[in-house]
Amino acid sequence: MRDDHLLTSKHLTRADIEGILDRAAEIDADPGALAGKHDGSLLGLLFFEPSTRTKMSFETAMKRLGGDVVDMGSVESSSVKKGETLADTVRVIEGYADALVVRHPRQGAAKMASEFVDVPLINAGDGAGHHPTQTLLDLYTMREAAGLDDLSVGIMGDLKYGRTVHSLAYALSNFDVQQHFISPESLQLPREVVYDLHQQGASVREHEHLDAVLETLDVLYVTRIQRERFPDENEYQKIAGEYQIDMATLEDATPELTIMHPLPRVDEIDPAIDDTDHAAYFEQAHNGVPVRMALLDQFLGGSA
Amino acid sequence: MSSDDHELRVSKIRNGTVIDHVRGGQALNVLAILGIDGTQNEQVSIGMNVPSDRLARKDIVKVEDRELSQEEVDVISLIAPDATINIVRDYDVTSKHRVERPCQVEGVLTCPNTTCITTEDEPVTSRFEVLDDGVRCTYCGTIVRDGIADLIGSR
Ligand SMILES: [Zn+2]
Repeated sequence: MRDDHLLTSKHLTRADIEGILDRAAEIDADPGALAGKHDGSLLGLLFFEPSTRTKMSFETAMKRLGGDVVDMGSVESSSVKKGETLADTVRVIEGYADALVVRHPRQGAAKMASEFVDVPLINAGDGAGHHPTQTLLDLYTMREAAGLDDLSVGIMGDLKYGRTVHSLAYALSNFDVQQHFISPESLQLPREVVYDLHQQGASVREHEHLDAVLETLDVLYVTRIQRERFPDENEYQKIAGEYQIDMATLEDATPELTIMHPLPRVDEIDPAIDDTDHAAYFEQAHNGVPVRMALLDQFLGGSA
Repeated sequence: MSSDDHELRVSKIRNGTVIDHVRGGQALNVLAILGIDGTQNEQVSIGMNVPSDRLARKDIVKVEDRELSQEEVDVISLIAPDATINIVRDYDVTSKHRVERPCQVEGVLTCPNTTCITTEDEPVTSRFEVLDDGVRCTYCGTIVRDGIADLIGSR
């Protein structure tokens, strides 16, 4: 990759992405291959927002490489609560660790933090901004299930605030993929993202209803619509209900449709779908480990 | 009539900067960029909507005892792309140049996205990439096309 940090998926090239996915596939096929390779290395985890699975996934990946983690812990128990800036926090923890992983509620937080440190810094989510490691595991899952070219992908739910959606859309624009964005009008993709996708020459269509495109899709990526996005409970129930899928919804889908979700889900995918061949979301979650192992290996000096 | 005649409408300054050929109506925004609100005893003369050869109507801002930083000139270029900056010393114009549209501007503007890290209490200077038709926050990606002057904020 061109950068020393992984802040967004926006600047990843097709070659960057394929390099990481290929490496992840090798690790997946032979999980012991890198055991002990990064013995003694430490990864600093700075999660300013609660997260269970992303954090555990990084921790697992690092330990499988023979390294260990130092964890800032929850914001409530740290000096952040006493008013320390993010810039100061990363500069202190940089002294303990060989690489940093940062999740923060503010957009641009990882980019700013990266300007204060010399060690590699990985963005694990910055508000409504980006979440590039999620994107890499999403692409890995998509490639395994359906390939990454000549593909029609539907991305549905909260497209406005969904950082996984923004990152995925940027990365998919490197491939021969038709992107369909399905959401209520109030939760459409930010105009900035649409502008960028057009600049990159991506094929982008926006829809208000899934049934307009469902039968053409190879992949449907579902995201959660959160209650706090709506001032009114009834309105939330009514709108969110339209973007939930169950077995009846899938009657119009092709038998090969792959359904993905960054998890955790609440009620946007009916559990009855879990046992069908459509469901790829648990596999998707498992793929976080080999993909993050491949990334960390690269950032910690993999080819050496 | 030459533009020199019009410059007489506002008094000559001894030392300082004359910002000429500002688009009509933007003079107060130029003052905002310079952080001039009259409370610091700054000596300023303004001509607004003066007929101009080059622009239909132009504004002129003359600031006594002040030379501008590059950051300030960069932001002025966004709202007054035709402006000229004249440095005056002892009643003589010692240098005169057109503003140039920069690739990016630092400081001066504040990101309108309240969830952007640059609006937090962090040791970071705002930075905007200059687009053909607006500016874009380097940190959060927010694009502003209209109302760039409204981003000139609390500094
Ligand atoms: Zn911003």
